[in-house]
Amino acid sequence: MKFIIALILTAILSYISGIYFPWWGIAFVAFIVAILIPQRPGKAFLSGFSGVFLLWLALAWWIDRNNNGILAMRMAELLPLGGSRLLLILVTGLVGGLVAGFSALSGSFLRNSGK
Amino acid sequence: MRLLPFAISTLVTAGLVFAFNRPLGPLPSPPGKFFSPQHGFWQNAEPTDQSFDADISIPGIKGKAQVYFDERLVPHVFAENDQDLYFIQGYLHAKFRLFQMDLQTLAAAGRASEIAGKKAIEFDKEQRRLGMVYAAENTLKMVEADPDSRSMFDAYTSGVNAYIGQLKESQLPLEYKLLNVKPGQWSNLRTCLLLKMMAKMLSSGTENDLLNTNAKAVFLPDELKMLYPQVPDSLMPIVPKGTAFDPAGIIPVKPASADSLYFNNKSTANANEISKPDPNNGSNNWVVAGTKTASGAPILCNDPHLELSLPSIWYEMQLSSPASNVYGVSLPGSPFVIIGYNDSVAWGVTNAQRDVKDYYEIKFRDNSKKEYWFDSAWTPTQLRIEEINVKGGPVVYDTVAYTVFGPVMYDQSFSKPVSANRNLAVRWVAHDASNEGFAFYHLNRAKNYDDYVNAISDFSCPGQNFVFASKGGDIAIWQQGRFPARWNGQGLYVMPGEDSSYMWQGFIPQKENPHSKNPERGFLESGNQRPVDSTYPYFIPGSYITARAITIEKYLGAMAGIRPEDMMKLQNNYFNTTAEDIRPLLLKYIKEGALNAEEKKYLQWVRDWDLMASPDSKGQTVYQNWWDSLQVCIWADDLARADSAAFPWAQTTMELLLKDSAMKFIDNINTPAVETLYDQVTDAMHRAANRLATAEKDGRLEWARFKRPAVYHLLKDALPAFARTDLNIGGNGDIINAVTKSHGPSWRMIVQLSAETEAYAVYPGGESGNPGSQYYDDYLDKWVKGEYYKLWFMHESDKKDKKIKWVMNFSKS
Repeated sequence: MKFIIALILTAILSYISGIYFPWWGIAFVAFIVAILIPQRPGKAFLSGFSGVFLLWLALAWWIDRNNNGILAMRMAELLPLGGSRLLLILVTGLVGGLVAGFSALSGSFLRNSGK
Repeated sequence: MRLLPFAISTLVTAGLVFAFNRPLGPLPSPPGKFFSPQHGFWQNAEPTDQSFDADISIPGIKGKAQVYFDERLVPHVFAENDQDLYFIQGYLHAKFRLFQMDLQTLAAAGRASEIAGKKAIEFDKEQRRLGMVYAAENTLKMVEADPDSRSMFDAYTSGVNAYIGQLKESQLPLEYKLLNVKPGQWSNLRTCLLLKMMAKMLSSGTENDLLNTNAKAVFLPDELKMLYPQVPDSLMPIVPKGTAFDPAGIIPVKPASADSLYFNNKSTANANEISKPDPNNGSNNWVVAGTKTASGAPILCNDPHLELSLPSIWYEMQLSSPASNVYGVSLPGSPFVIIGYNDSVAWGVTNAQRDVKDYYEIKFRDNSKKEYWFDSAWTPTQLRIEEINVKGGPVVYDTVAYTVFGPVMYDQSFSKPVSANRNLAVRWVAHDASNEGFAFYHLNRAKNYDDYVNAISDFSCPGQNFVFASKGGDIAIWQQGRFPARWNGQGLYVMPGEDSSYMWQGFIPQKENPHSKNPERGFLESGNQRPVDSTYPYFIPGSYITARAITIEKYLGAMAGIRPEDMMKLQNNYFNTTAEDIRPLLLKYIKEGALNAEEKKYLQWVRDWDLMASPDSKGQTVYQNWWDSLQVCIWADDLARADSAAFPWAQTTMELLLKDSAMKFIDNINTPAVETLYDQVTDAMHRAANRLATAEKDGRLEWARFKRPAVYHLLKDALPAFARTDLNIGGNGDIINAVTKSHGPSWRMIVQLSAETEAYAVYPGGESGNPGSQYYDDYLDKWVKGEYYKLWFMHESDKKDKKIKWVMNFSKS
């Protein structure tokens, strides 16, 4: 239950942070969520990672769908990801997920060491 | 103890944020920001159902104004006054084409290194040494001296900056995110820089002074006349043959020392240009009088041939205020419509191709470049210190000395091997103060022939062939520009710069510029040919293209009852006039016995060919390779004697061969044997066959598949994924449909000036500069197919028309 709450909270707060703050706001969000909702480090990492991974994945997928893949196809050529839109969306999720995951891990360690 | 893992994971997090917040790998952009769907490139993926409706309340606007976008995203701007009109034009240019404007004017000013890094330093130095900024500053003085002109340019600049000012980082055009740079503020100087970019593109590559100087060092005067003639035999001039010219109003005097110090001077130029504009920068335009059309109204056509790019150099729009109502294409970075039509008239431009740039050899007193020898005295130069900011590297400084002629472009401090030991100052008409932009302001408002002539009469550089038609039934063409009055041979080569005797002695009076109005034959045309025949009383060197105009004359002369659809066919015509003339010679001199089976097959294709450079033509592919090879066979050995000299024009080679099949340059001077035209034509086929065999293996013998036309993004090789390649389109530089590899008709326009104007046009691109928009390249396929859009000239009363998809309302905040 905690895991799901942490994940959803990370995703929602990250989205809001994205509106007002630079991209690295997600690191603070995941960190704070991990402090607020105590979990074992492994779980904290996963909930932080998944929260932003899924958020960015969903946002990218939605944008791509509305854009009919026009830009994603060009970007996936350029980067180069063999022209695969899916891969581009996955890489997007991964970049955000990794940062949030490690940040949540730190938060969890801090919370646990403070006990 | 959890502190250690905390420290480690925090470090990893910080490390990731740090790493993702700065350029990683080959991508200049920080991946964190770049991939974030709320900040990075995803934000540029424009929804296909994007609405462009907006209410924009903004300081800088005086009254109310509306922009109506039609289904192609072409804006129809309706403003209450001219300032608001150009304010909004600036705003829209920035909204749809900001990166393009920014990049082009940075490059014009020699600031490309700020974006591209150290690989652009030499390019930047050359731009500055050519005096691009100096030229723009001189133009700016003129622009701002006139209150009317100043207020229009100011309004445009405010409009661009109003858009930039409200731009959020996440909305930056994609290219800024990719390159990790920010847009700079706009200014009137940048508008002038853009016009100087056009001046360079169209009037800086139309001379070959440096290469000619090298040729002069090894060839005899008679040989030079053969290789580089002034008037082609087959010329169809812009001013119809038989037109009488007034005697020259100014007669320049050849200096007494010309033979000894100039014509017989055998030193080479010792300098090379880095970014010489494409010699194919040309264009077609023509106009037919009502006597030749089905409707009885004149029809005007224009297709300017330029480097094709995405986004296109042109932005289509309608600009309407109480003082004017005009439709056509504009140049992002400049106010006004450049090519188009209004309620009363239509106009178009092609390049004049005249030589308006010369070099003078300067003798400095010493390496400080502070003084130079001029008119028997050491004269101070003006030194301009150029500071070149380089992305990811230290600032580079360069010192450019300005003389009475202009900036010293080549000297010892311009890095080798670009220039060795000669100091060459450049004199270029584009350096002189003039206000080309405002000529278009007046042209946009022209009602008749007199307005048109008044509008363009101060237009200096780049010289253009302004074709014109009016609802009153007039047709006309003026080759307009400020052209130096030269003595015979002046400025073909680097000239002595130690005194004033070789300077330009004046300009050809404007009224004597080549022009024609309502000729009896009922049509006028230009295709970058020499504007006049040899009876014109001035010496006018240039880089002329002869073949296209011959084709145009041939068709227009024969046509009657012309409808706009006939003009569409003509603009997309593939007839190869050069091939028509040279094919009989190729077929006559080929030694068929010396060919293998493959080569015989190729030969047969040329025999059977319909002379059309159509996309699926194999005959055109074989012919072009064969003819190009023959020119190499004939000239390469002779030209190798010179320290890099220009190939004679294909037209010249053809005329020489047709006149004298035993002319002396046919022989390959590097072999003991004496080669005949039979040997060379056959050898050329062998050489061509080698290339053709490779192409045949790849299944690329059809002309379009061989040529592989493409339209690249402005950043070319850096962004291949943003290009459109392997387009199925034929043509070539000397054919009416002048598509080469990535160069060609950048806008095709046909305007019939009937009571209700009927206009058609298309360009290879789309209105949006955003590669994430469906409007980035949506016109391209139509352009490839030779199809057109019917243009919608909107009237005040059409505000409820169904063609309007979105409305932008501007008001004062």
